Parts: sequence; structure tokens; C-alpha cells
Amino acid sequence: MRDVAIISFAQSNIEDDIRSEVEILQPVAAEAVKQSGMARTDIGFTCSGSSDWLQGQPFAFVMALDAVGSWPPIKESHVEQDGAWALYEAWVKIQTGEVESALVYSFGKTSPGDITQVQALQTDPYCVTPLWPDLDSITGLQARACLESGVVTETQMAEVASRSMRDAMNNPHAVRKADRSPEDLLGEPYRVSPLRDHDCPANSDGATVMVIASAELAREHSRRPVWIRGFDHRIDPPALGVRDLTQLPSAATAAEKAGVAKDKIDFAEVTAPYSHQEVLLRNALGLSDDLKVNESGGSLAAHTLMSCGLNRIGDAAMRIAAGNGDRAVAHAGQGPCLQQNLVVVLEGE
Amino acid sequence: MASIESIVRDSQPLKGPHVIEYPFRRSCGPILSEFFGALREGRIVGIRSKTAGVLVPPSEYDPVTAEALDEFVDVGPGGEVVSYSWVSKPRPLQRLDHPFAFALIKLDGADASMLHMVDVGGDESAIQVGMRVAPRWSAERKGHIADIEAFVAEADAVAAPPVLSGEDKPVRAIRTPLRLEYDFTAGREQTIFLRGLAHKMILGARRPGDDLVYVPPRGADPRTAEPTSEIVEVSDKGTVVTYSIVRVPSENIDLELPYVCINVLLDGSNLPFFHVLQKCELDEVRLGMRVQAQWVPDAELSASVTSIAFFAPIDEPDVPYEDFKEYC
Repeated sequence: MRDVAIISFAQSNIEDDIRSEVEILQPVAAEAVKQSGMARTDIGFTCSGSSDWLQGQPFAFVMALDAVGSWPPIKESHVEQDGAWALYEAWVKIQTGEVESALVYSFGKTSPGDITQVQALQTDPYCVTPLWPDLDSITGLQARACLESGVVTETQMAEVASRSMRDAMNNPHAVRKADRSPEDLLGEPYRVSPLRDHDCPANSDGATVMVIASAELAREHSRRPVWIRGFDHRIDPPALGVRDLTQLPSAATAAEKAGVAKDKIDFAEVTAPYSHQEVLLRNALGLSDDLKVNESGGSLAAHTLMSCGLNRIGDAAMRIAAGNGDRAVAHAGQGPCLQQNLVVVLEGE
Repeated sequence: MASIESIVRDSQPLKGPHVIEYPFRRSCGPILSEFFGALREGRIVGIRSKTAGVLVPPSEYDPVTAEALDEFVDVGPGGEVVSYSWVSKPRPLQRLDHPFAFALIKLDGADASMLHMVDVGGDESAIQVGMRVAPRWSAERKGHIADIEAFVAEADAVAAPPVLSGEDKPVRAIRTPLRLEYDFTAGREQTIFLRGLAHKMILGARRPGDDLVYVPPRGADPRTAEPTSEIVEVSDKGTVVTYSIVRVPSENIDLELPYVCINVLLDGSNLPFFHVLQKCELDEVRLGMRVQAQWVPDAELSASVTSIAFFAPIDEPDVPYEDFKEYC
């Protein structure tokens, strides 16, 4: 395996951003490229993650290339997944030895549509989408299954939300921040029972850009390179009724393959768009109850769909780069009830 | 007369309704064809798998081993609520207009549960995990998941009424139309472009100090990845750099067939602009010909590309191919 490090990262999350995708992405890309210390045209590969369904703009993913520069012609690829999966592809590209560096980006502009409803499109198009279950309802099935089986309690869900919104007060990129106790939150009405508003993602529009490089370049351009020491992604079956929704076997397998348990972990950043999912991820990734998780506030504080997973990885990397920890776990999850899970283990130089 | 400065200054980004529709017709394959055919008859079938027992709806493959499956099993129609979410405010696309539950229901004889709706008349206290339910069948069944309108308390369920259509051919495909409504935002530079059209001005943009002008403006220069923040007016005259003759109708386009689509390089711009050419015989259309925008009457001008009715030929000499070939 080649050593690959994250050498720069930038993000933007804004509620109802009225700019176009290109206008949202361009300044974020410029910042990440500047931080990397590399010339844009020296970066070997460009890989992105986005979905045109979110804003209803066909070929938005093609137009977005203007914002990162596409001339002279670049080597480029796109996944219709969170940018974390674009990062995986870029990492593999460097592993092949074909390139030494990559620019990874993602963007999501969900405010133009009913994003909770639009996500019914990721379900079985024959037997599920025609019933138009919105994502809150689909995830509510998982939350209730967890509550009924005792895997999670409503108090735990409120504690996750309370802590996330409180931590978000220190995160300039968060859009939902509040100082509210779990008891207070439990007094709120249900949005889609058993979920309350604060149990659901804080949807935002935004973009994320990261530059990664092989060892020699990383040491040249970064004071403290953040090494990708383990990287894996897995998927559970698509039919909700086939899965035990109180468990995330694909996340557990990804964590095992990425080597999460090989050494001590200082903190974790996980993609848990719904509060109960943080508890499920702690269980699946083998994180201890007292481990600091989502100091960023996570998706309960800012959830730019297609970018939030890459944001968790970037947030973790920047904390290590700043010397606030040496080894961290970052997770990205997508699909109904976290069907798809990606785990990366990061270590500081 | 509006100035570029006034348009830029006033340009709070435009928002407008934007609808995407697809009339999807999905072929079923042999397994789902059996499932939908049974629904049309008022029955529910699952399929037996080695690793996960009986699956409903039937799957073509085993979820663990991917082995092909073919042993159909009658299940239900009664079953038990395994989990549910209470939808207190149904959304427009959802099929019930009063509060209901989405639920995972394990039908009698099945091992995996299926997702459907439970209708308890809007009373959340009437549903709980473990509740017995059975289908409320639609009278007009056509081989579709919505042939079951919803599940209801088993005591309230009645047997499936005979299907009205009398259709018994295999269900080879189902219709799953899609309609999504958005409130689309044009962004800063597209808004400036659109507002310019309301004043018969075609506005592009370039990187400050650069020579290449993009029309419509794109927000960033793909050569440098820098913002195209300087707004520039270009001519409404230009040169045809390529064209096509359209002879097939499309929905939402009411032009008389055949008609000509052109890519026109407007004078002062460096990005060809797509529009329609009229007032021109088909055999007269050619690369290099000079054309000009024909604007709708002033009273009909708006912040829309429809402010240009079409382009028409003008009496100017053709531009030699060598001068525009990089734009073809």
C-alpha cells in the first residue's frame, strides 16, 4: 500500500444558499487548492460526488467542473455518492501509481426541492418508491425498531441531539446550533413519530473540497500530513424488510477491514443524519461510550447531502493536522437507514 | 434604458417553479411479474430463499448468496406490524390524504417484512408494534403495489373484491410515473443574464481583465477556476457555428416542424449560444451565416430566454470557416 495523506480541506454549508452550484463550489475549491500549496494544474486527478436529483438540475455535475477548472483537459471522474466515495476512488487511483495527487470535491444543493421526499428515489422503484415514503418516515421505521428492542432510548436520542447542537456552537460551518438540554428537547412534538425535528438532519446547501497526495508530495506541502491508514466501504441489502435495522453489519465490516481496533482512537466523526444512528454507529464501529464523537456537531448541525460524509473525514483530518489528536476514525454513510457505510482511519505524522 | 450596473445591482437571484416528470414504464421480469399478477388477483406471493427465508416482495436473488430464486409461496394476507412511522402531515405525492403510518409488515408465512402503509383512520393511538393487519384491496387492481390501498386492522379487513378489469395476461411492465416540483434558484450570474434579456441586453461574463467572454455566464472560468465576476454586454448579432434541423416533435415545444436549432457565436462572446433560427429556407442554412436575435414585442419582454423569439438571417457577408472553426 502507498502512503496517502490529506493535505488540505475546505467546506461551505449554508441554509437555502441562493447561489448556483458553480458559485457555491468555486470559492471552496480555490481555498482548498491554495491551502494545499500545489498548483491546480499539478494535481493529477479530479474526482467528485453529487446527485442532480437533489436540485433538479440535469448535468449539474458536469457544469460544476467549471468551478474546479477543466483546462487544459483534466483526468476526471464522478460518483453519484457522497464525496467520501469519490475520495475512495481517488485514493485507489493513487494506489495504482498512475497519479501522485488528487482533488476530491462534492456538493449538494437540496433547498430547491423537498429533499426528504426526493430521497424516496433511492428505494426499490417497483415496490417502494411508488408509495412515496419520505426519508423521515423510512428512518422512523429504524428508530422505532431500535426503541422497541432497547438498542436505543428516546433519552439517548435527545442526548445525542443536545450534545451535537451544543458542540456546533463552536463550528462556524454548522447551521443548527443551540444550547438545549435533553429534557427540554424531549418536550418537543414529533415530526414523524418517533422522530422529533432535532433527531433529523439539519439540511443545508454546500460544497466540500479536499486535496490528497502521496507521501513525498504530502511531506513537501504539509506541516503535518494526515495519513489514510485504513479505508473500506461496504453495503447492506437494499430491501429494508430483509435487514435487521437495529444493526449495521456493513459498517461493522468496514470498520474491521479498515483496522479501527488496531490501536487507540482519540476521537471519531461519523455520518449519523438521525440521532439514533450515532448510537448504532458507536456499536458497529466498536467505539467506546466515552469516546468523543462528532465534535463538529455532525449531520444534526449541518447536513449537506453528498458532502456530509466527506466533511466528517475533513473535519477529523483538520483536527489531527492542528495537533488535537493523533488517530481518528471517520465514517460516511448513505442510503436508506445507513445502507452504505465507509470507514477511514486517519493518523497524524 | 437599463445599464449593466443597475441590472447587477438589482439582481436578487431569481427563483421559479421547476418541475421534472418522467413517465417511467418499468419491465418486471419473471419474478415481479408473478408478484404483481397475484396482487391483481387479490393474493400476495413471496419467494423462498435459503438464507433469509420467505421474502415479500419476492426477490430475484438470495440477499446473501445471490443465488437465483424461483420457489413462490403464498403469504398473508394477514400479518403483523414490525415497526412504523407516524405521518401526521402527508406529503402531496403520498397516497393517503389523512394521517397514516408507513410500516414494516411481516405477513403470515413470510420471514422478511415488507414496507407498506397502515391506515387506522388518522388515529395514532390505534397502531402499535405487534398489531395484526390485513390489506384493504383496491377494486381497480392492475398489477401494482398500490393494488393494496393500505393495510388496516385485521378485524376491519374484507376479502379482495373481484378485479374489475378481468385482465389475466402476465404483468410484464408497470407504470411508475414521477413528478418532482422544485423552487429553482438561478444563482447570481444566470440571474444577471436573465434580467438583461428583459431589457433586450445579452449579458455575459469574464474573469476580470481576461479576454474570453462566456454567454450565458457560468460563474467560473473553466480554464482558471476563477470567478467570472465582470459582466459584459455582447451583441445580439452573431455567426452560426453549427446547426441541426429538427424533424421530430418534442413535448413543450410548439414550433412548426421542421425547424432549425443553431449554435450562434454572438459578436463579443467566446461561447456559442443555443437558440432557434427562423425566416430561413432549410437549404439556405449554413455555417458562417450571419444572424440576429429577433426580440418579442417590448410588452412581452421578461427575464427569460423566451424574450428572444428566434434568430433570423441578416444581410451581411458570411464569416470564413477559419475564423470560427475552434467554436464548432
